[in-house]
Amino acid sequence: MTATAPTLAPASRWRRRRVLPGFGLTLGFTLSYLALIVLIPLLVLFIQAAGVGWGKIWAELSNPRTLAAFRVSFGIAFMAALLNAVFGLLIAWVLVRYRFPGRRFVDALIDLPFGLPTAVAGIALTSLYASTGWIGRPLAALDLRVAFTPAGILVALVFVGLPFVVRTVEPVLRDRERENEEAAALLGANRFDILARVILPPLLPAVLTGFTLAFARAIGEYGSVIFIAGNMPGYTEIMPLLIVIKLEQFDYAGATVIAALMLIASFILLFAINLLQAWARRRQGD
Amino acid sequence: MTEIATTAQAPPPVRLPLTEAAHIRVALIGLALSFLAFFLVLPLIVVFVEAFREGVRVYLAALSEPEARAAIRLTVLTAAICLPLNTAFGLAAAWSITKFQFRGKSLLLTLIDVPFSVSPVVAGLVYVLLFGLQGLFGAWLTAHGIKIIFAVPGIALATLFVTLPFVARELIPLMDSQRTTQEEAAVVLGANGRQIFWRVTLPNIKWGLLYGVLLCNGRAIGEFGAVAVVSGHIIGLTNTMPLHIEVLYNDYAFAAAFAVASLLTLMALVTLAIKTVLEWRLGSAAGAARVH
Repeated sequence: MTATAPTLAPASRWRRRRVLPGFGLTLGFTLSYLALIVLIPLLVLFIQAAGVGWGKIWAELSNPRTLAAFRVSFGIAFMAALLNAVFGLLIAWVLVRYRFPGRRFVDALIDLPFGLPTAVAGIALTSLYASTGWIGRPLAALDLRVAFTPAGILVALVFVGLPFVVRTVEPVLRDRERENEEAAALLGANRFDILARVILPPLLPAVLTGFTLAFARAIGEYGSVIFIAGNMPGYTEIMPLLIVIKLEQFDYAGATVIAALMLIASFILLFAINLLQAWARRRQGD
Repeated sequence: MTEIATTAQAPPPVRLPLTEAAHIRVALIGLALSFLAFFLVLPLIVVFVEAFREGVRVYLAALSEPEARAAIRLTVLTAAICLPLNTAFGLAAAWSITKFQFRGKSLLLTLIDVPFSVSPVVAGLVYVLLFGLQGLFGAWLTAHGIKIIFAVPGIALATLFVTLPFVARELIPLMDSQRTTQEEAAVVLGANGRQIFWRVTLPNIKWGLLYGVLLCNGRAIGEFGAVAVVSGHIIGLTNTMPLHIEVLYNDYAFAAAFAVASLLTLMALVTLAIKTVLEWRLGSAAGAARVH
């Protein structure tokens, strides 16, 4: 087949015979299913949002309550992703480079936030960080309140985003040869220089990818946040909750506009993640 | 390193800074473990402690009351609808993407990931906009007496949306790494499509497929945001287990809420355990480097 391919006319390259069966069937099913369940519904959301009219869109987006929800959602999600980047890098480092009892158990536990239903995480974290909880009570004695404040949202978002950085950094760290480190050490670099100039720079694409994944997840997160947030408009109200509230008030137009904005943010982040992953692959290739 | 040491006529042993000093190592391990203790281990423990706070009897009662049983049934039904469909999708997508070359493949890969980056609330909302009373097809559906939103079909659709990528995401890297040589050999030997799939491809991917289905199952059972938007919270009718937890918790029935939550937590732990066992059995290639 490959031997005859170059002699075929360019137009027939698409129609060349495939060795394995089922291409048309499986691709057809994949595309129609994806279109029916995901793409067309999302498209309808954008069409509906555009149909709302610019005046209403502007009124919705400039509403102080909406703006406050944007600030809460993006701001706290950003801080959570930042915390996840720092601690995720630390955890990945400890798991890959050091040996200690229970290491494999800890490594397995990292994925827990992916598997634990968000509502369960939400009530568990609330019960821990409420002023009567195991962690909340000692903090309350120091006059620090976590549950029902923005700090509570931060705790929930750190929980759901935790695995992303660990799981993107771990394989890169594991696969890297340690020759560069040894060379640097022989050339007289101290450990700090080796860390800052030899070890950490190649990890940057992976850390950024993990950061963006955690950030994207945190912006859309709902279940784990609403229990611990307290949900006070303008203070601890997140965007997904505002959508739900508007739906409950039958303000479909308002809900649609905010949802369309969130979708645009999701697509920008998805695009950024793809670019970062391509960068990471190039970095690992050389 | 060692060669250098021997050729240099045994200089005083130089300790190269190839790892951190012991006290720094211990401090870093301690910091990482305490972070994980606060964010992962304590939430896990608190679920079970709270669930049994009022005794085993309250725990069992919370799980056997009619509303809880209805929620468990609905959750199982939802998973039973979503798993076969999304497994079929995952197999079809992985087959077409990894066994053939075509234009637009990377775009298709990105599109399959879309449900992961969309907020679950938005996923629920799109179906309300389509099938809700004020939705695009709302009037038509009402005229024909079909109920999707605030009913089981809406819950199934929203769950299908959020769990769509799991099996595909698990199978695509796996099947990509296996190439097509075995399948091509089967073709040369005269096998038809069905024989190739059942006898060549499936045995090669069965563990990855199992893990993908488990992940899909975990999310289908635990989904909250998307289902909350389309369910309408009709107790005994459209409450799934996570929604039932919310209702109980908001009614201050904390022990009951945590009792139902403990079931979901057990499911998550079993999934995690199976994943870990699969990874140990298959080496790190099967499970490592997976982000979703």
